[in-house]
Amino acid sequence: MSALQKMMGWIDDRFPLTSTYKAHLSEYYAPKNFNFWYFFGSLAMLVLVIQIVTGIFLAMHYKPDAALAFMSVEYIMRDVEWGWLIRYMHSTGAAMFFIVVYLHMFRGLMYGSYRKPRELIWIFGVLIYLVLMAEAFVGYMLPWGQMSYWGAQVIVNLFAAVPFIGEDLSIWIRGDYVISDATLNRFFAFHVIALPLVLLALVVVHLVALHEVGSNNPDGIEIKKNKDPVTHIPLDGIPFHPYYTVKDIVGVIVFLMVFSAIVFFAPEMGGYFLEQANFVPANPLQTPQHIAPLWYFTPFYAILRAVPPLFGSQFPGVVAMGMSIVVLFFLPWLDRSKVKSIRYRGPIYKIMLALFVVSFIGLGYLGLLPATPVATIFAQVFSVIYFLFFLLMPWYTSIDKTKPEPERVTG
Amino acid sequence: MKRLKNFLFLLAAAPVAAFAAGASVHLDKAPVNLADQDSLQRGARVFVNYCLNCHGAGAMRYSRMQDIGLTEGQIKDNLMFAAEKPGEPMNVAMASTDAKAWFGAAPPDLSVISRARGADWLYTYLRGFYRDGSTVTGWNNTVFDKVGMPHVMSDLQGEMAPRFKTEGGHQVIERLELVKPGSMALAEYDAMVGDLVNYLVWMGEPAQIQRKQLGIIVLIFLSVFFVVAYYLKKEFWKDIH
Repeated sequence: MSALQKMMGWIDDRFPLTSTYKAHLSEYYAPKNFNFWYFFGSLAMLVLVIQIVTGIFLAMHYKPDAALAFMSVEYIMRDVEWGWLIRYMHSTGAAMFFIVVYLHMFRGLMYGSYRKPRELIWIFGVLIYLVLMAEAFVGYMLPWGQMSYWGAQVIVNLFAAVPFIGEDLSIWIRGDYVISDATLNRFFAFHVIALPLVLLALVVVHLVALHEVGSNNPDGIEIKKNKDPVTHIPLDGIPFHPYYTVKDIVGVIVFLMVFSAIVFFAPEMGGYFLEQANFVPANPLQTPQHIAPLWYFTPFYAILRAVPPLFGSQFPGVVAMGMSIVVLFFLPWLDRSKVKSIRYRGPIYKIMLALFVVSFIGLGYLGLLPATPVATIFAQVFSVIYFLFFLLMPWYTSIDKTKPEPERVTG
Repeated sequence: MKRLKNFLFLLAAAPVAAFAAGASVHLDKAPVNLADQDSLQRGARVFVNYCLNCHGAGAMRYSRMQDIGLTEGQIKDNLMFAAEKPGEPMNVAMASTDAKAWFGAAPPDLSVISRARGADWLYTYLRGFYRDGSTVTGWNNTVFDKVGMPHVMSDLQGEMAPRFKTEGGHQVIERLELVKPGSMALAEYDAMVGDLVNYLVWMGEPAQIQRKQLGIIVLIFLSVFFVVAYYLKKEFWKDIH
């Protein structure tokens, strides 16, 4: 026995190192037919690591103080060694996190990855998405520019629309009657400690649940139904390592090329990743002409604005916005189709999914614009389609004409 | 694949459409060229002579101007009027409470003004002052109505007066016309403002020249790495069918 084997034996007697490695990498059997859409799970993990590492270095130089925050970001951009690179990686990473996660969720919609037995994977995933939105929201306040300040003002005021307790609730969140130094300090604590901890824990349970039942695939059939009679390895499964590790490296490099192109050549992304107005220090006495949330929140912001106020209260809009996310949790039970993958679904689901995607992007676009009467009508139509996609799902998925699923995975 | 393409197209098209919906005032295109060090240096001189009297640039250190080809000696002798050491930031001597009393609003810090306003806006603004007897300072501006800032470079540009046209029942400024010449020809003045805006764009992010250079190297490295990774994947996957 070599020294290395001896050491591994010593560890394995005390810690499940080899068995963990086998269970999650070298003997975790993933379907061999993953396509383009299956890169985004590992890419989301990569972005998470980028955000944590760059975030640690930013936190070393950033000052969570209303009087110092804005200039401390400029200090990072100018006087900290490689500070500009770290900051741009973090700001670009935030936006890319949402792009990757949206594509990852769309993959789930296409191939029915939320269906039995993967309901919990989906629910943990939606929770990750929720925490991610909270993380991005509190993080965007930290540079303490005009959009940081007024964006936070608008969002925290949503809580004030809750009947009876709203006013007290919003003061409790802010720690003050207006967005102020107290708010900045607590948002910093949420951004660097509380939410990342929750996020990491959720990522772990998301993966544990995934590895318990095994990955879905573009055909939406269970590879565990066809196992080798001797080895009990799924016939259509291949070990995650080395096959998908080497494949994911290719995806990682392509992703990093896009990421680097933005970081090095267009870090502001035309004002969508870093807004122009956020280069003006926060000024509580001067409301900007147009307050738009960052692009990854705009679909929900558009739903909020699409709902007319009731007795002068914005509460119905806030409820609609909340419901637009809550409804995602019920998706596994709303879908009554005999098949999982879009490949074998009938035309109705395909049309509904296409309408849903158009509505979601349409809402995202409208959320960036000032609310004109025409834009509001469009937002209302898109909002209705958004909800109908979910609410009518039990009906249209059960009458839709599906094709037979194959026995084994196809190319 | 086609569905993917359509989807990506929609993603790409959205920002363009959103941008088209903004901007109502016509802005002239600023001649920004960060590779032109002479222009950046001329702009720096205009900046410290004209802007720094009232505006600060608190995030910008004098010594950083070494990045645009100036030596520490040149900076000390020619560009530092309000600081002792080149490592100091470009602060302004005027107290912001005084400034507020004199101009109605404290002149904003200019460190990142080019990122907040955009080069074209600054270029148009600095060439857009005209005489207006109805304002406190006697000056007004085509892109910033009733701005608190007077035309500090009027000795160079001279005095402009607006020529109006009627548009939809409203009187709007069609163009500005020189009514009292300054020490510079108008084209000369425009070129000087161009240099100044060029400098302001650079000062908004002094690392940007280095950033773009490094970006090219990073992308070349990733391209090479991509080829290696692609063939590695192919090699591993050759017996998976």
